[in-house]
Amino acid sequence: MTLIGPLLMAGLMIIPGWLMMRDKDMQRIEVVDETELFINQFENTTELQFKHEFRSIEQAKANLYNDVYTSILHIKSVEKNSEVTMYYKKQPGMMTIAKIEKTVESVIRSNEIQRRFKINKEELLEIQPNITVKPISVDADGAEESKNVGASTGIGFFGAILIYFFIFMYGVQIMRGVIEEKTSRIVEIIISSVKPFQLMMGKIVGIALVGLTQFLLWSILTGVIYVVVMSVLGIDPSTVSQANEMMEGVDVPGMSDNVLVSSINEIKSLPLLQIFISFIFYFLGGYLLYGALLAAVGSAVDSEADTQQFMLPITMPLIFSFVVAQTVMENPDGTMAFWLSIIPFTSPVIMMVRIPFGGVETWELLLSMFLLILGFLGTTWVAAKIYRTGILMYGKKVTYKELWKWLFYKG
Amino acid sequence: MDLLQVKRVYKSYADHQALHNISLHIKKQSIFGLLGPNGAGKTTLIRIINQITGPDKGEVFFEKEKLAPKHISQIGYLPEERGLYKKMKVGEQALYLAQLKGMDRGEAKYKLNQWFEKFEINEWWDKKVEELSKGMAQKVQFITTVLHEPKLLILDEPFSGFDPINTNLIKKEILELREKGSTIIFSTHNMESVEEICDDIALINKSKKILEGKVVDIKEAYKSNVFEIVFVGNMIAFSTALWTAFEILDKKQVDNRIHVKIRASKSSDVNELLQLIVTKVQVISVHEIAPSMNDIFIQKVQEVMPETMEEEVVGE
Repeated sequence: MTLIGPLLMAGLMIIPGWLMMRDKDMQRIEVVDETELFINQFENTTELQFKHEFRSIEQAKANLYNDVYTSILHIKSVEKNSEVTMYYKKQPGMMTIAKIEKTVESVIRSNEIQRRFKINKEELLEIQPNITVKPISVDADGAEESKNVGASTGIGFFGAILIYFFIFMYGVQIMRGVIEEKTSRIVEIIISSVKPFQLMMGKIVGIALVGLTQFLLWSILTGVIYVVVMSVLGIDPSTVSQANEMMEGVDVPGMSDNVLVSSINEIKSLPLLQIFISFIFYFLGGYLLYGALLAAVGSAVDSEADTQQFMLPITMPLIFSFVVAQTVMENPDGTMAFWLSIIPFTSPVIMMVRIPFGGVETWELLLSMFLLILGFLGTTWVAAKIYRTGILMYGKKVTYKELWKWLFYKG
Repeated sequence: MDLLQVKRVYKSYADHQALHNISLHIKKQSIFGLLGPNGAGKTTLIRIINQITGPDKGEVFFEKEKLAPKHISQIGYLPEERGLYKKMKVGEQALYLAQLKGMDRGEAKYKLNQWFEKFEINEWWDKKVEELSKGMAQKVQFITTVLHEPKLLILDEPFSGFDPINTNLIKKEILELREKGSTIIFSTHNMESVEEICDDIALINKSKKILEGKVVDIKEAYKSNVFEIVFVGNMIAFSTALWTAFEILDKKQVDNRIHVKIRASKSSDVNELLQLIVTKVQVISVHEIAPSMNDIFIQKVQEVMPETMEEEVVGE
């Protein structure tokens, strides 16, 4: 897992861009422009090469299979609804066609404007608007802060997913470990050397450290693999984001660089340090909270098959918080978002979703963290009671009523 | 001197009482048999001594001190239901368990090597536990239990899973450990081995102690004074030679030999019997039919059964 994980992650990041690039890398388009308005109007990119050939369309078509071109773009006229034809031996992608359509439209539009209003190209460019909506939050003191919803959503969601998966993955690992010790009966031997609480905490802390190490290793390895593969394949990292943006249809010729720059700026404007520290805190807090409960489940059963009845109620809040994460994102400072980010069982995921949006007050964050600490102290106390009794109990189908009784057994 | 004293210990679980007023004195450098049917409370008592759980009432003293966590490293426990981490290597695991008991790594390794050599299992060091047979794993567990040379060893069914050869090997080791100064609590259903190696025993049934003492004393107390005599000669002459202190229980003839079972009264003994008959018949053999620990165990457990049941009804 230690190696496969980063490979999969890096793959997930690289492959879309790589496929995208492969899709486009061979596109050489011969432009046969009978209007002669489009010379140098098409923007050449690494994937898309436009070249004007001053020959008739018949000549071009006849040579399609002899020349290097993958397709011929034939522009006959610039009427309002005129059709532009494309002859190809290699099918152009939707993105390519959309790009050509946009360019042709904008050239026709600007020509028409220049003709009708008798202005030259420079004057036209001067009045060309370029609008983006910039949301700015204003707090009670009148301080303003600019925020970006796209980057916040992305980071929030990413953090929430990571926390959700890590809690699940390592929590279940604790449970498995406890069951293994119980069924192999090694616990009988160990328990005569260390206290059950020590054994349980040792397991939880040990796996937490494994988890953090693995997480760090994964991040580093994923980064390394990503960079190495990208440079070997010769993919410019920006093409990946470009590709994504084009798919979303926000691309305007010549604009993609701006979008990239602005989203990088937006990410920079996020409270990154706060996000990172909170991530570590909520990861550990949530893990300890659920880990203790899962250890208790492991101690109460004889085999993993018996865990179902206890697993569901325990993991319910975690799954619930993951499911409503989307809704919380739409209204990150709403009532539901507030309460779910305060309650310890849902706060690790929901708070991670909320923080990048920046609307979390310091007192909310402190209250949530405080309650999470209380929460895991509480679950650890409960778990220790159940664990102590359960670990030495065999061949008994345990019920909730019984677990409740175990809580009040004396040492 | 007592190594371990258990004083009036009570322990209850939610639905039943596991120990009721149990007191034990376990002498230093002795082998103490803790006996009782399944579910009698032996494991609970052992767990209290191991401080896995605590008594509701009563106290336990280890070398005159109240039992405390610092004593854990002086106790070695071989549980009845025992196992090891299946995926871990034998040597690595033995080292880990030794370190849990407070030994340092170098010392543990040195001693483990000695034991592995003694048991001729050197080549298992790098094997995974799951590759071992049950008996092999039991050997490793025995070693890890005694490795730190604890003052008190608690062995719960130590012979289960062993073939007769290895049973003897372990038996020999247990006796040797006692010679070296260890005190051993030995819990088992195997009464034969109790007679063979235990100095003292306590019998627990239904959470109560019903019998306690030296093995020889108990056997003495429970002896039935029944003798079997085999002789050649006249049965009438034999019976007229006896006087009223002797009661003939049974007689049978095999070829020309006559087998007679006789109960002697408390005031008489074998010598007296022999004096009476030796001139009348030709005695082939005389031996006492002594109850085995097994018989005593069964007799004692059945004896107290109705009583305890009655009490339980009253208690509820």
